[in-house]
Amino acid sequence: MATPVQTQTVDLVARFPGMVTADARPGYTGFIVNKENLVEVATAIRDEFGFDLLTAVTGVDYLAENKMEVVYHAYKTTGGPGLVFRVQVERVDPVEVPSLINIWPGVDFQEREAWDLLGIKFTGHPDLRRILMWEGYEGHPLRKDWKEPFFEEEAKPFKSRWPDGQHTFAENKNPFRDNLKFPADFDPEKFEVVNEDGLYASLERHTMKNEEGSLNTDHIVVNMGPHHPSTHGVLRVAVTLDGETIIGLKPVMGYLHRNHDKIGERNTYLQVIPYTDRLDYFNSMSNNFGYVTTVEKLMKIQVAERAEYIRVIMAELSRIQNHLIFIGMLMNDLGTMYTPSLYAFEERELVLDIFEAVSGARMMCNYFRFGGVVRDIPDYVMQKIKDLVLERLPAKTDEMERFLNENEILVARLKGIHVLNAEDAIKYSVTGPVLRATGVPYDLRRADPYSIYDRFDFDVAVRQNGDMMDNYLIRFDEIRQSLRILEQALKQIPQGPINSQKPQYQVRVPAGEAYGRIESPKGELAFYVVSNGKPNPYRYHVRPASFVNLTAVESMCIGSKIADFVALLAMLDIVMGELDR
Amino acid sequence: MENEKLSLPNYNIPEDLENVVAVTTLDRLYNWGRRSSVWPLMFGLACCAIEMIAAQTARYDMARFGMEVMRPTPRQADMMLVSGTVTKKMLPAIIRLYNQMPEPKYVVAMGACASSGGPFKEGYNVVAGIDKFLPVDVYIPGCPPTPQALIAGLIKLQEKIDRQSIKTVRWYNKEKKDGNYVPMPILGPDLIDVRRNADIKQAAAVAKVTQESA
Ligand code: SF4
Repeated sequence: MATPVQTQTVDLVARFPGMVTADARPGYTGFIVNKENLVEVATAIRDEFGFDLLTAVTGVDYLAENKMEVVYHAYKTTGGPGLVFRVQVERVDPVEVPSLINIWPGVDFQEREAWDLLGIKFTGHPDLRRILMWEGYEGHPLRKDWKEPFFEEEAKPFKSRWPDGQHTFAENKNPFRDNLKFPADFDPEKFEVVNEDGLYASLERHTMKNEEGSLNTDHIVVNMGPHHPSTHGVLRVAVTLDGETIIGLKPVMGYLHRNHDKIGERNTYLQVIPYTDRLDYFNSMSNNFGYVTTVEKLMKIQVAERAEYIRVIMAELSRIQNHLIFIGMLMNDLGTMYTPSLYAFEERELVLDIFEAVSGARMMCNYFRFGGVVRDIPDYVMQKIKDLVLERLPAKTDEMERFLNENEILVARLKGIHVLNAEDAIKYSVTGPVLRATGVPYDLRRADPYSIYDRFDFDVAVRQNGDMMDNYLIRFDEIRQSLRILEQALKQIPQGPINSQKPQYQVRVPAGEAYGRIESPKGELAFYVVSNGKPNPYRYHVRPASFVNLTAVESMCIGSKIADFVALLAMLDIVMGELDR
Repeated sequence: MENEKLSLPNYNIPEDLENVVAVTTLDRLYNWGRRSSVWPLMFGLACCAIEMIAAQTARYDMARFGMEVMRPTPRQADMMLVSGTVTKKMLPAIIRLYNQMPEPKYVVAMGACASSGGPFKEGYNVVAGIDKFLPVDVYIPGCPPTPQALIAGLIKLQEKIDRQSIKTVRWYNKEKKDGNYVPMPILGPDLIDVRRNADIKQAAAVAKVTQESA
């Protein structure tokens, strides 16, 4: 078993006297960097201290202190704990913070998101447009003084509903009788629509130009999506084409932006769990896992021993199911319509049967609780899991590989296409199987172990070429490793209580912040939660794998064919619920 | 051919002609054709779309009801299955797709989100139910509805089609020639439903007055 490299604690204060102070607030860790020195300090963090992977960038609005904060979480791809550093700026308009896009290009979308939702202007960002909402939308929704049209109270449970259970339609309380909010004296007939010039200008800027002296060909701009049969949901991309070759590309998202963060901040801690189900809707179990581990970190509670095993079993089953679907969908996108995906869905149904038996729902399981899980696994279900893990799934995985792997068309479509090298992958903060396919053995279950993953014997699946073929094969490797973990977990699982806490509606969460991350089937899924001791999270942020992995898409497909682009989306394994939140 | 569906009851057709001759009404013939091949638009919005896919796979097999032919283009589709959360940003695209569908066309709201906004109703980017814009024929509750529920909902749609008459359906109504065209909403400071321009202006003016007096 490889143990993660232990790093000596990083002392930024000693290295940068006067520019950095340690964060002394109770419950907080890390360093506060002066805004003026951010770029310099960040460069050192990457180059001197070796934190090459910047996983998350997000903002927090401390309204009472009249401050805005930008929080960065940096890690090493060799493993080990991370480094938190932050910048605090006064809450004046506009809030300005230097962009780190030249140091970690992976911050691109995340900085745009912070601009969109919190109104933090990242100076030096070459393409700072709104990303989830549309250009021209009024306000920055995650600011604490911004209220949504159906606003009722700061925090749930709302007094109007609880404890008497009354309900009035939110529409009746809103002046516009709908989920709408317009500036005072707004006249819909006189206003001018903000068009999408910004998008096309940026596409133009990032388009390769015809070489001097070469044949001068015409380029066309095509919009794929948001309704497109293969974009895996409502993603839209604007592409510039030269014939069939992509020479410029910009993804446009937000078509499924369901305001997860804002709703999460109104909810109580417990109420957030079912919402996390709906992030990556293929893997509600993994999402639950990530969220509860984060809050447990804040609460500093232990998880019941049996529950730990149940969690691992569910998360790994979920991974297997996800990867099977991945393979089926990838085949769909390559043109082998339906047959392989029908095979994949057949196995998925069997896994969903287990989820349904333990949690009551096929997809939206809502199964984890702080300190454990909500229900025990009945014996007959345990038997079903055993049959599935020990007999059926290994055989079916082999069968699928036998059917597909050497198929000539498949090999021709996958081998050597869309190569991502390790350096770029890290640069763009790519995580998960896509990163491991480039030869970087970075798996959080090993690199930064959570739950009880350190007890199991398994290998981190790695492939070396980073092309589509390796991305496809690594999914099979991971299924095999998951089966290995499951086998051990099923053998070792002890009897006992399934929750270390009493069942409760309201949990006490001490003030502070926590950043909890897990290896979801799609990559690093992390939650950043700030508590101020109240029953609701003060700040709740999801760092989704799909969203950040998509940052690499632009550089990956320039120069390739448009037909391969659809397969590339399948390869990145994005899911819109998580991408747009 | 399911004779009992097509033929009117109470007509005695000789046994050897049963598969050749049918005595029926125009309505029955139309509806029988329509209900047996409702082609959905291949269109997924959110989590519910995954259950929609699951409903097409081997275990549930929607094809048994003549509904498996998902069309990627609205021009070949008969039914729009709104499977997931409708966001304000996505809405113009949905309306455009709907307007491009030829008639007769049906709308099924699958899941809590499409019916009413569901768990995300309070979200600032969420449209609280597609029925604020499109005429919904069948609502399917659930979050997500199970494939069984989806199929039950689609059977309900078939029953609805069975009861229609070409004399009354809206798409043959001469007066309402353009009556089914839904005007495109605009993305401004918030979603602008152009049918409600006057309302919005008035409410915004009231808001200004209250602000000034406050
Ligand atoms: S109803 Fe539930 S499952 Fe369906 S789209 Fe909405 S949140 Fe997702």
